[in-house]
Amino acid sequence: MNGPARLLVALLAAALGGLLLWVLATALAARPEPALAEAAFAALPLTGVGNPVTAVLLDYRAYDTLLELAVLLAALLGIWSLGPPAPAYQRAGSALRAMVAWVVPLLILTGGYLLWAGGQVPGGAFQGGALLGAAGVVLRLAGDPRAGLPGESLQRLLAVLGVGAFLLVGLTVLAFGRDLLDYPTDWSKWLILAIEGAATLAIGATLAAAYVGGRPPGEGR
Amino acid sequence: MTLLLFDLVLIATLLTLAVAALTSVEPRRAVMLFIAFGLWLALVWARLGAPDVALAEAAIGAGLGGALMLAAARRAARRRQRTGGEG
Repeated sequence: MNGPARLLVALLAAALGGLLLWVLATALAARPEPALAEAAFAALPLTGVGNPVTAVLLDYRAYDTLLELAVLLAALLGIWSLGPPAPAYQRAGSALRAMVAWVVPLLILTGGYLLWAGGQVPGGAFQGGALLGAAGVVLRLAGDPRAGLPGESLQRLLAVLGVGAFLLVGLTVLAFGRDLLDYPTDWSKWLILAIEGAATLAIGATLAAAYVGGRPPGEGR
Repeated sequence: MTLLLFDLVLIATLLTLAVAALTSVEPRRAVMLFIAFGLWLALVWARLGAPDVALAEAAIGAGLGGALMLAAARRAARRRQRTGGEG
Protein backbone atom coordinates (compact mmCIF):
# COMPACT_ATOMS: atom_id res chain seq x y z
CA MET A 1 0.00 0.00 0.00
CA ASN A 2 1.44 3.41 -0.96
CA GLY A 3 1.43 6.65 1.03
CA PRO A 4 -1.89 8.35 0.19
CA ALA A 5 -3.91 5.12 0.44
CA ARG A 6 -2.36 4.44 3.85
CA LEU A 7 -3.26 7.95 4.99
CA LEU A 8 -6.83 7.48 3.76
CA VAL A 9 -7.18 4.18 5.64
CA ALA A 10 -5.79 5.78 8.81
CA LEU A 11 -8.23 8.68 8.48
CA LEU A 12 -11.19 6.33 7.92
CA ALA A 13 -10.13 4.19 10.89
CA ALA A 14 -9.84 7.28 13.08
CA ALA A 15 -13.31 8.43 11.96
CA LEU A 16 -14.75 4.98 12.71
CA GLY A 17 -13.07 5.01 16.13
CA GLY A 18 -14.56 8.42 16.87
CA LEU A 19 -18.01 7.26 15.78
CA LEU A 20 -17.79 4.16 18.00
CA LEU A 21 -16.66 6.29 20.96
CA TRP A 22 -19.61 8.62 20.40
CA VAL A 23 -22.07 5.68 20.21
CA LEU A 24 -20.59 4.24 23.42
CA ALA A 25 -20.83 7.60 25.18
CA THR A 26 -24.50 8.06 24.23
CA ALA A 27 -25.30 4.47 25.19
CA LEU A 28 -23.62 4.94 28.57
CA ALA A 29 -25.45 8.23 29.12
CA ALA A 30 -28.82 6.50 28.71
CA ARG A 31 -27.78 3.34 30.53
CA PRO A 32 -30.59 0.89 31.13
CA GLU A 33 -28.49 -1.39 33.39
CA PRO A 34 -29.99 -0.49 36.79
CA ALA A 35 -33.48 -1.44 35.61
CA LEU A 36 -32.18 -4.63 33.98
CA ALA A 37 -30.16 -5.56 37.07
CA GLU A 38 -33.19 -5.04 39.28
CA ALA A 39 -35.33 -7.25 37.02
CA ALA A 40 -32.60 -9.91 37.01
CA PHE A 41 -32.41 -9.93 40.81
CA ALA A 42 -36.19 -9.85 41.23
CA ALA A 43 -36.72 -13.03 39.18
CA LEU A 44 -33.78 -14.86 40.79
CA PRO A 45 -35.92 -16.99 43.18
CA LEU A 46 -37.80 -18.38 40.18
CA THR A 47 -34.62 -19.80 38.65
CA GLY A 48 -33.37 -21.82 41.62
CA VAL A 49 -29.82 -20.45 41.30
CA GLY A 50 -28.25 -17.74 43.46
CA ASN A 51 -25.80 -16.26 40.97
CA PRO A 52 -27.50 -13.65 38.75
CA VAL A 53 -24.92 -14.19 35.98
CA THR A 54 -25.75 -17.90 35.82
CA ALA A 55 -29.46 -17.02 35.85
CA VAL A 56 -28.98 -14.72 32.86
CA LEU A 57 -26.83 -17.21 30.93
CA LEU A 58 -28.81 -20.37 31.58
CA ASP A 59 -32.36 -19.11 32.14
CA TYR A 60 -33.29 -15.61 30.97
CA ARG A 61 -31.08 -15.75 27.88
CA ALA A 62 -30.62 -19.51 27.60
CA TYR A 63 -31.15 -19.32 23.84
CA ASP A 64 -28.00 -17.19 23.46
CA THR A 65 -25.95 -19.72 25.42
CA LEU A 66 -27.34 -22.56 23.31
CA LEU A 67 -26.20 -20.74 20.18
CA GLU A 68 -22.78 -20.08 21.77
CA LEU A 69 -22.34 -23.80 22.28
CA ALA A 70 -23.39 -24.35 18.66
CA VAL A 71 -20.70 -21.85 17.59
CA LEU A 72 -18.09 -23.85 19.52
CA LEU A 73 -19.30 -27.04 17.85
CA ALA A 74 -19.12 -25.41 14.41
CA ALA A 75 -15.57 -24.22 15.15
CA LEU A 76 -14.52 -27.73 16.11
CA LEU A 77 -16.08 -29.14 12.91
CA GLY A 78 -14.06 -26.59 10.96
CA ILE A 79 -10.85 -27.64 12.72
CA TRP A 80 -11.57 -31.33 12.15
CA SER A 81 -12.14 -30.66 8.46
CA LEU A 82 -8.54 -29.38 8.14
CA GLY A 83 -7.14 -32.90 8.11
CA PRO A 84 -4.90 -34.84 10.47
CA PRO A 85 -3.30 -33.02 13.43
CA ALA A 86 0.34 -31.98 13.70
CA PRO A 87 2.59 -34.68 15.15
CA ALA A 88 2.59 -34.88 18.94
CA TYR A 89 5.30 -33.40 21.10
CA GLN A 90 7.96 -35.76 22.35
CA ARG A 91 7.27 -37.52 25.61
CA ALA A 92 8.00 -35.31 28.60
CA GLY A 93 10.90 -35.87 30.99
CA SER A 94 10.31 -37.28 34.45
CA ALA A 95 10.11 -33.88 36.23
CA LEU A 96 7.42 -32.53 33.88
CA ARG A 97 5.58 -35.86 33.98
CA ALA A 98 5.47 -35.76 37.79
CA MET A 99 4.10 -32.21 37.65
CA VAL A 100 1.48 -33.20 35.07
CA ALA A 101 0.39 -36.06 37.33
CA TRP A 102 -0.39 -33.42 39.97
CA VAL A 103 -1.71 -30.59 37.83
CA VAL A 104 -4.21 -32.51 35.69
CA PRO A 105 -6.27 -33.95 38.59
CA LEU A 106 -6.18 -30.53 40.29
CA LEU A 107 -7.48 -28.86 37.10
CA ILE A 108 -10.29 -31.42 36.81
CA LEU A 109 -11.20 -30.94 40.48
CA THR A 110 -11.17 -27.15 40.17
CA GLY A 111 -13.26 -27.36 37.00
CA GLY A 112 -15.85 -29.44 38.83
CA TYR A 113 -15.83 -26.99 41.72
CA LEU A 114 -16.32 -24.00 39.40
CA LEU A 115 -19.26 -25.79 37.76
CA TRP A 116 -20.94 -26.52 41.11
CA ALA A 117 -20.10 -23.13 42.63
CA GLY A 118 -21.44 -21.33 39.54
CA GLY A 119 -24.96 -21.74 40.90
CA GLN A 120 -24.27 -19.41 43.82
CA VAL A 121 -21.01 -17.48 43.29
CA PRO A 122 -18.94 -16.53 40.21
CA GLY A 123 -18.08 -19.58 38.14
CA GLY A 124 -19.99 -21.76 35.73
CA ALA A 125 -19.85 -24.01 32.71
CA PHE A 126 -17.54 -21.94 30.51
CA GLN A 127 -14.95 -21.39 33.23
CA GLY A 128 -15.08 -25.01 34.39
CA GLY A 129 -14.94 -26.25 30.79
CA ALA A 130 -11.95 -24.02 30.09
CA LEU A 131 -10.09 -25.65 32.99
CA LEU A 132 -10.89 -29.12 31.61
CA GLY A 133 -9.63 -27.92 28.23
CA ALA A 134 -6.48 -26.63 29.93
CA ALA A 135 -5.94 -30.08 31.43
CA GLY A 136 -6.08 -31.46 27.88
CA VAL A 137 -3.55 -28.85 26.69
CA VAL A 138 -1.17 -29.79 29.53
CA LEU A 139 -1.49 -33.48 28.65
CA ARG A 140 -0.81 -32.76 24.98
CA LEU A 141 2.24 -30.66 25.83
CA ALA A 142 3.52 -33.55 27.95
CA GLY A 143 3.42 -35.84 24.92
CA ASP A 144 -0.06 -37.40 24.85
CA PRO A 145 -1.01 -37.22 21.14
CA ARG A 146 -4.76 -37.21 21.93
CA ALA A 147 -4.62 -34.67 24.80
CA GLY A 148 -6.32 -37.13 27.14
CA LEU A 149 -9.40 -37.37 24.92
CA PRO A 150 -11.12 -40.70 24.20
CA GLY A 151 -11.45 -42.33 20.77
CA GLU A 152 -13.08 -40.67 17.79
CA SER A 153 -16.67 -41.78 18.23
CA LEU A 154 -16.68 -40.83 21.92
CA GLN A 155 -15.11 -37.50 21.05
CA ARG A 156 -17.93 -36.79 18.60
CA LEU A 157 -20.43 -37.62 21.31
CA LEU A 158 -18.68 -35.30 23.80
CA ALA A 159 -18.57 -32.49 21.23
CA VAL A 160 -22.36 -32.49 20.72
CA LEU A 161 -23.16 -33.16 24.39
CA GLY A 162 -23.67 -29.49 25.33
CA VAL A 163 -25.97 -28.60 22.44
CA GLY A 164 -27.66 -31.99 22.80
CA ALA A 165 -28.48 -31.62 26.51
CA PHE A 166 -29.69 -28.07 25.93
CA LEU A 167 -31.98 -29.11 23.08
CA LEU A 168 -33.19 -32.21 24.93
CA VAL A 169 -34.24 -30.15 27.97
CA GLY A 170 -35.68 -27.39 25.78
CA LEU A 171 -37.75 -29.75 23.66
CA THR A 172 -38.90 -31.79 26.67
CA VAL A 173 -40.16 -28.61 28.33
CA LEU A 174 -41.80 -27.70 25.02
CA ALA A 175 -43.58 -31.07 24.99
CA PHE A 176 -45.11 -30.26 28.38
CA GLY A 177 -46.76 -27.17 26.99
CA ARG A 178 -44.26 -24.52 28.08
CA ASP A 179 -42.07 -22.31 25.91
CA LEU A 180 -38.69 -23.51 24.65
CA LEU A 181 -36.22 -23.48 27.59
CA ASP A 182 -38.83 -22.10 30.00
CA TYR A 183 -38.07 -24.46 32.90
CA PRO A 184 -40.67 -25.28 35.57
CA THR A 185 -39.64 -23.51 38.80
CA ASP A 186 -39.38 -26.63 40.98
CA TRP A 187 -37.03 -28.36 38.55
CA SER A 188 -35.18 -25.29 37.41
CA LYS A 189 -32.06 -25.68 39.55
CA TRP A 190 -31.48 -29.31 38.57
CA LEU A 191 -32.22 -28.75 34.89
CA ILE A 192 -29.75 -25.85 34.85
CA LEU A 193 -27.15 -27.99 36.65
CA ALA A 194 -27.66 -30.86 34.20
CA ILE A 195 -27.27 -28.55 31.21
CA GLU A 196 -24.23 -26.89 32.75
CA GLY A 197 -22.64 -30.26 33.54
CA ALA A 198 -23.08 -31.47 29.97
CA ALA A 199 -21.89 -28.10 28.64
CA THR A 200 -18.77 -28.22 30.85
CA LEU A 201 -17.78 -31.63 29.45
CA ALA A 202 -18.53 -30.50 25.90
CA ILE A 203 -16.58 -27.25 26.24
CA GLY A 204 -13.61 -29.01 27.82
CA ALA A 205 -13.53 -31.69 25.11
CA THR A 206 -14.02 -29.11 22.33
CA LEU A 207 -11.21 -26.85 23.55
CA ALA A 208 -8.80 -29.75 24.06
CA ALA A 209 -9.68 -31.15 20.60
CA ALA A 210 -9.19 -27.67 19.10
CA TYR A 211 -5.71 -27.60 20.62
CA VAL A 212 -4.89 -30.98 19.07
CA GLY A 213 -5.88 -29.20 15.87
CA GLY A 214 -7.00 -31.92 13.48
CA ARG A 215 -9.23 -34.91 12.92
CA PRO A 216 -8.85 -37.42 15.73
CA PRO A 217 -6.87 -40.45 14.58
CA GLY A 218 -9.67 -42.97 14.50
CA GLU A 219 -11.40 -45.89 13.00
CA GLY A 220 -13.24 -46.03 9.69
CA ARG A 221 -10.77 -44.44 7.27
CA MET B 1 -7.16 9.43 44.98
CA THR B 2 -5.15 6.22 45.37
CA LEU B 3 -7.94 4.32 43.63
CA LEU B 4 -7.92 6.79 40.75
CA LEU B 5 -4.17 6.35 40.42
CA PHE B 6 -4.63 2.57 40.48
CA ASP B 7 -7.25 2.79 37.73
CA LEU B 8 -5.03 5.02 35.61
CA VAL B 9 -2.16 2.55 35.92
CA LEU B 10 -4.54 -0.29 34.98
CA ILE B 11 -5.79 1.51 31.86
CA ALA B 12 -2.37 2.77 30.77
CA THR B 13 -0.82 -0.70 31.04
CA LEU B 14 -3.77 -2.28 29.23
CA LEU B 15 -3.49 0.15 26.32
CA THR B 16 0.29 -0.22 26.16
CA LEU B 17 0.00 -4.01 26.04
CA ALA B 18 -2.69 -3.78 23.34
CA VAL B 19 -0.59 -1.48 21.13
CA ALA B 20 2.53 -3.59 21.71
CA ALA B 21 0.65 -6.77 20.74
CA LEU B 22 -0.80 -5.14 17.61
CA THR B 23 2.44 -3.58 16.38
CA SER B 24 4.68 -6.56 17.09
CA VAL B 25 6.04 -8.02 13.83
CA GLU B 26 7.01 -11.44 15.13
CA PRO B 27 3.90 -13.65 15.65
CA ARG B 28 5.29 -15.45 18.71
CA ARG B 29 6.06 -12.20 20.46
CA ALA B 30 2.62 -10.83 19.54
CA VAL B 31 0.90 -13.88 21.03
CA MET B 32 2.87 -13.58 24.27
CA LEU B 33 1.94 -9.91 24.54
CA PHE B 34 -1.67 -10.88 23.81
CA ILE B 35 -1.61 -13.38 26.69
CA ALA B 36 -0.24 -10.69 29.01
CA PHE B 37 -2.97 -8.37 27.69
CA GLY B 38 -5.65 -11.00 28.45
CA LEU B 39 -4.42 -11.52 32.00
CA TRP B 40 -4.29 -7.78 32.57
CA LEU B 41 -7.79 -7.43 31.13
CA ALA B 42 -8.95 -10.04 33.66
CA LEU B 43 -7.63 -7.74 36.40
CA VAL B 44 -9.58 -4.85 34.87
CA TRP B 45 -12.79 -6.93 34.81
CA ALA B 46 -12.25 -7.84 38.47
CA ARG B 47 -11.76 -4.15 39.28
CA LEU B 48 -15.04 -3.41 37.45
CA GLY B 49 -16.79 -5.87 39.78
CA ALA B 50 -17.36 -8.58 37.16
CA PRO B 51 -15.59 -11.67 38.58
CA ASP B 52 -17.46 -14.01 36.19
CA VAL B 53 -16.10 -12.20 33.16
CA ALA B 54 -12.65 -11.97 34.78
CA LEU B 55 -12.55 -15.75 35.28
CA ALA B 56 -13.69 -16.41 31.72
CA GLU B 57 -11.21 -13.90 30.29
CA ALA B 58 -8.27 -15.39 32.21
CA ALA B 59 -9.20 -19.02 31.44
CA ILE B 60 -10.44 -18.75 27.85
CA GLY B 61 -9.12 -15.45 26.49
CA ALA B 62 -5.61 -15.57 27.89
CA GLY B 63 -5.09 -19.27 28.70
CA LEU B 64 -6.67 -21.38 25.97
CA GLY B 65 -6.76 -18.65 23.33
CA GLY B 66 -3.09 -18.04 23.97
CA ALA B 67 -2.24 -21.74 23.76
CA LEU B 68 -4.16 -22.05 20.46
CA MET B 69 -2.48 -18.98 18.99
CA LEU B 70 0.99 -20.13 20.10
CA ALA B 71 0.38 -23.44 18.31
CA ALA B 72 -0.84 -21.54 15.22
CA ALA B 73 2.23 -19.27 15.28
CA ARG B 74 4.47 -22.34 15.50
CA ARG B 75 2.76 -23.93 12.50
CA ALA B 76 2.93 -20.69 10.52
CA ALA B 77 6.65 -20.32 11.26
CA ARG B 78 7.29 -23.91 10.18
CA ARG B 79 5.35 -23.39 6.94
CA ARG B 80 7.27 -20.19 6.21
CA GLN B 81 10.54 -22.05 6.68
CA ARG B 82 9.43 -24.76 4.25
CA THR B 83 8.28 -22.39 1.51
CA GLY B 84 11.26 -20.07 1.94
CA GLY B 85 9.81 -16.84 3.31
CA GLU B 86 6.53 -16.85 1.38
CA GLY B 87 3.06 -17.09 2.96
